[in-house]
Amino acid sequence: MEAFGLLMHGFAVLMTWKIISLMVVGLVLGIFVGVLPGLGGPNGVAILLPLTFTMDPTSAIVMLSCIYWGALFGGAITSILFNIPGEAWSVATTFDGYPMAQQGKAAEALTAAFTSSFIGSLVAVLLITFLAPMISSFALKFGPPEFFAVYLLTFCSFVGLGREAKHKTVISMALGLLIAGIGMDTVSGTLRMTFGSTDLLRGINFLVAVIGLFGISEILLTMEERLALRGHAAKISLRTVLKVWMDLPKYWATLLRSSVIGCWLGITPGGAIAASFMGYNLAKRFSKDPESFGKGRIEGVFAPETAAHASGTAALLPMLALGIPGSGTAAILLGGLMVWGLNPGPLLFVEHKDFVWGLIASMYLGNVVGLVIVLTTVPIFASILRVPFAAVAPMIVVSCAIGAYAIQNAMFDIWLMLGFGVVGYVFKKIGIPLAPFTLALVLGSRAEDAFRLAMIGSGGSVGVFWSNGLVGTITTLAITLLFWPVIDKAFSGVGRMLRPMAQTP
Amino acid sequence: MSNTDLEIIVEDPTAPEDDSPSVVSTHTIEIIVSLVLLALAIALGFDNWRTGIAWDSTGPQPGYFPFYLSVILGGASLYGLITTLFARSGGADTFVTRAQLRRVALVFVPTALFCLATQFLGIYVASFVLIAGFMRMVGKIALWKSLLTAFVFTAIMFVTFDVAFDVIMPKGPIESALGR
Repeated sequence: MEAFGLLMHGFAVLMTWKIISLMVVGLVLGIFVGVLPGLGGPNGVAILLPLTFTMDPTSAIVMLSCIYWGALFGGAITSILFNIPGEAWSVATTFDGYPMAQQGKAAEALTAAFTSSFIGSLVAVLLITFLAPMISSFALKFGPPEFFAVYLLTFCSFVGLGREAKHKTVISMALGLLIAGIGMDTVSGTLRMTFGSTDLLRGINFLVAVIGLFGISEILLTMEERLALRGHAAKISLRTVLKVWMDLPKYWATLLRSSVIGCWLGITPGGAIAASFMGYNLAKRFSKDPESFGKGRIEGVFAPETAAHASGTAALLPMLALGIPGSGTAAILLGGLMVWGLNPGPLLFVEHKDFVWGLIASMYLGNVVGLVIVLTTVPIFASILRVPFAAVAPMIVVSCAIGAYAIQNAMFDIWLMLGFGVVGYVFKKIGIPLAPFTLALVLGSRAEDAFRLAMIGSGGSVGVFWSNGLVGTITTLAITLLFWPVIDKAFSGVGRMLRPMAQTP
Repeated sequence: MSNTDLEIIVEDPTAPEDDSPSVVSTHTIEIIVSLVLLALAIALGFDNWRTGIAWDSTGPQPGYFPFYLSVILGGASLYGLITTLFARSGGADTFVTRAQLRRVALVFVPTALFCLATQFLGIYVASFVLIAGFMRMVGKIALWKSLLTAFVFTAIMFVTFDVAFDVIMPKGPIESALGR
């Protein structure tokens, strides 16, 4: 059990007062961010990232990942008490969570949500602990063609499996890759797409774009809505917690099913949103009494929350093992790695053992501490919503601006952030997805380097992507996924043509 | 335990009315965005073509990869433009209503002014003015509360970034007069 020993080492790294207190600060900030309207996981992490610039990488990642866990916990509070999903992945939680609150069972619903979040993350962290080292040692054999093939697979699966209109996903991705290429070319030193501007020389920083795309645009979108809200106050007593926990074993099937769905969708870029809906729908379908869903059934809270958290956590697996983020937030954490001077990818497990295992250990610890914090402090966080949006909005704007400026100490970046805010607002309203854009921005230059190195190695023949079994399989899989909707349609078309023929004789 | 009564209520008196007339339809915006993206793709594609999209002795030239991305971006935008033009949705789908636009402008304009102010006054003074002004003018919150909140928030930011974490922020004449 090599992984186990390394994990223990990770815990030893964490057990200092400095890191534990950073963890608590991160969790509280995260819950705060998850509860506030107009801020979510990716925004919170992006805005608070500059705080960590002067820290050592381990403290920084512990704090940031705790912000992420906190945001995941926080989203449940507003969905249950106010019927307002703080995050898109909490939408499914409102279906049964809010009816429960209306029936006076808010405390039960919240306990159920937090506990199942905890279980979901735990399953995903176990998966990461044992699978990530294996994948990364396998990936150490990868050369540039393999890496490019894996990047291609990530991009293609977004296009093929995403629910948005295909051309919009392609637009989002191509734009992200292009923007990542602006500035000095890393291979030849040539300036590209700068149009003579000295500000563009440095290139467009990924984090500046993310802060604008998620932070500023979210404020604009939130202002469009009616911000009035009516909700229940709740206080969780120890007795309620124990009562819900005693009932847990009854729902083992739901919990297990949702965890598996979540882990799978987290690793592939399906994401927490899809996972939470799928978890909910499957729980409903397998239930003996599907009619009672949507009317305040505790299983309807367990299922989506477990899946959402399992997925949110599992998204970190490809990021750690391969350097490919499974979600928008993971992409931002990956951006953080580069700022702290670490090179994401399989070598991370070899070169920075302390960092990787500290992070994995912090996932265990952060979730335990997070569970305790949310269970004890729900009333305080629920009352944050009393703070008028007119006070919250300018503070978020200021935090965004500070975050954008701090990355490269450039005033130009504040203007860029504003521009990306408008782009994000328009894109969200016309249905151009932002996740592929984020992913393309963070992976862009590395994908291009891998492509060029592979091409140089092969003397310019595209055949290099089919030169051995491994890279050939990945490339073929990527292209299959890209055209999956077409293939799927063709197959069902052929099936439809064959069926009448089979029936006629 | 039967606390079914609503205990947290927040009103939003300036919420956008539901029956506000539409300013522009999503259809129109989609066409505009497609056109802008198409123009961008052509501009970037041309720039990359000038940089060099061929092969030389060391491999692909710097413009090679982004050039083909511009082609993909252009193709996808063109496809979007054509399908939107032929979709003929009748313009019933609202992109933004007049009341919504007013509210969005209410945040966007101060934010843009804040960016401008940051350039000349430094970020701390600009933040103070933005928060206090926004709370007072948009939120109709009592003046003393607005000023106090703005001051406390700005002070916390200053202590966190400038003093504790040594992250340098843009500063203006007031900070330099105080010797920071």
